[in-house]
Amino acid sequence: MSVRRLDPVQPESFAFTPENLRWAEEIMSHYPPGKQASAVLLLLWRAQEQEGWLSRPALEYVAKLLEMAYIRVYEVATFYTMFQLSPVGRRAHFLVCGTTPCMLRGAEELIAVCRRRIASDPHQLSADGDFSWEEAECLGACVNAPMVQVGGDTYEDLSPERLEQIIEMLARGERPPPGPQNGRQFAAPEGGPTTLKKPSETP
Amino acid sequence: MLDDKDRIFTNLYGLHDWRLKAAMRRGAWDGTAALIAMGRPALIEQVKASGLRGRGGAGFPTGLKWSFMPKEIGERPHYLVVNADESEPGTCKDREIMRHDPHLLVEGCLVAGAAMGCHVGYIYVRGEFIREREVLEAAIAEARDARLIGRNNINGWDFDLYVHHGAGAYICGEETAMLESLEGKKGEPRMKPPFPANVGLYGAPTTINNVESIAVVPTILRRGAAWFASIGRPNNVGTKLFCISGHVNRPCTVEEAMGITFRELVETHCGGVRGGFDNLLAVIPGGSSVPCVPAHEIIDCPLDFDSLRNLKSGLGTAAVIVMDKSTDIIRAIARLARFYQHESCGQCTPCREGTGWMWRVLTRMADGRAEKGEIDMLLDVSYQIEGHTICALGDAAAWPVQGLIRHFRHVIEERIDRYSANADGQGAVAAKAAE
Repeated sequence: MSVRRLDPVQPESFAFTPENLRWAEEIMSHYPPGKQASAVLLLLWRAQEQEGWLSRPALEYVAKLLEMAYIRVYEVATFYTMFQLSPVGRRAHFLVCGTTPCMLRGAEELIAVCRRRIASDPHQLSADGDFSWEEAECLGACVNAPMVQVGGDTYEDLSPERLEQIIEMLARGERPPPGPQNGRQFAAPEGGPTTLKKPSETP
Repeated sequence: MLDDKDRIFTNLYGLHDWRLKAAMRRGAWDGTAALIAMGRPALIEQVKASGLRGRGGAGFPTGLKWSFMPKEIGERPHYLVVNADESEPGTCKDREIMRHDPHLLVEGCLVAGAAMGCHVGYIYVRGEFIREREVLEAAIAEARDARLIGRNNINGWDFDLYVHHGAGAYICGEETAMLESLEGKKGEPRMKPPFPANVGLYGAPTTINNVESIAVVPTILRRGAAWFASIGRPNNVGTKLFCISGHVNRPCTVEEAMGITFRELVETHCGGVRGGFDNLLAVIPGGSSVPCVPAHEIIDCPLDFDSLRNLKSGLGTAAVIVMDKSTDIIRAIARLARFYQHESCGQCTPCREGTGWMWRVLTRMADGRAEKGEIDMLLDVSYQIEGHTICALGDAAAWPVQGLIRHFRHVIEERIDRYSANADGQGAVAAKAAE
């Protein structure tokens, strides 16, 4: 269990942009009448995408929109670890997978890069405020280990050198191409697939 | 080796387009209306006859699970929930289905919905799979626009399908925790009974299936239950996505016949174990929750549910984590203990407190800072967690530790000896000297 609390410094207010509000209403219609609370995870996601992290006013806003008690939204926001309850790096927040399959292939060296290049501790902003990092539990790209995730993009089959390059590219405002960083085709074996080499005939 | 023509996931590596037209050329959505016209009992009979066992870890027969849903739709609607909260360390197979062959999953949802009387389905995708969710949402929109799903579709079974998105909680892969999460709550597992087939999502009959279990169904029905049942070994049939990670030369995800031996799997698709099979230490054959198996037991073992159960391990999700002799096995398992400590929902005391306790003891043992009597104490604690919690996370946390002690007790003892050999008269130990 991880213990997570709201940030001591909170903004004044929060509101969805008009587009996000329209989107939220559409999402709420995916659930039966009266069950709109089901949308809480998706709305918190959208609030986090809008502001970069989840503030207390954002939780209150979502609670009001979904007609939920604030404490229920608070419970959800503190339970699910992808919700950032404090500001993260402006350019990127790195999730470094540290669980055994990645550890076996060098995740600890990636963490060392983050400690050196970004900040000595997880969830701490870099000196320029551009970056932050944390060690995440299995991110689900185990055959492409070790890997990191930045927003929706995954950088897989990483070496410590390549991770440093990726950080530099992001610092310059570039978007490094996501996916395997060693030229592999997704989850196929390095050097080319051993199966499905030609388009299969369908029965 | 399985023949390419018997592979279900023909775009596993994203070499082709995932979109509707290309997916149809590969065989998706072919004669779906005719499948649905078979009717509920026949659909369930066919899935039972195919011998398909759930691909999410427990290996429960899928057709039997489907048959638990009420025969008639009563006042409460029936729901289909697809478990795409793939978070078991070592497992990354559903990811490939969602981003490269999403139409097999969407079609499977419709067929499963028709087989169980569900007009609404939710696919619960783990929070980290953002790109995968985007592809899946686009595939669902394509299918809806083409009137393959939705109301008054051309396949003859009204079916609305939505994607729900998690936010980083392993426990939501547990089926009742998933329902809680879908209802907008913390992912805390529910007591069973009542089982979800009677009281599930919003209190209505619900069936939760793994992505792979659902995505293989249309192909099984098209090619016939007998075809699927002819692959593999009795009671362990069909094809399976294996994810081989860790110390092999070329880690990969591959679809193979159930019951392929570890040696053949790794030699054929992964270029062998790093440093050769003589350099193999141990394998975790089914995702982090199953006990590890030492090299000499696993090398020629068929990888299927029953064979691995005989080795006191399990096929789980078929996520094969390979460890060569350079691995510090105590640290590797200690890291898994930390995973379970982090992911425990905190509801049951044995799991909430026990997972952290096991992690702290294992961390000390990895340094050798322990007493030999603590090995049995650790084992004893693991048995007090196992079976004493609402859900199986407690068991999943206990089994890797039990596997470690069963097969590698001598490594822990040697570590303790080496550490204490460096102690001075007062018991102080130079940390570096112990390494």
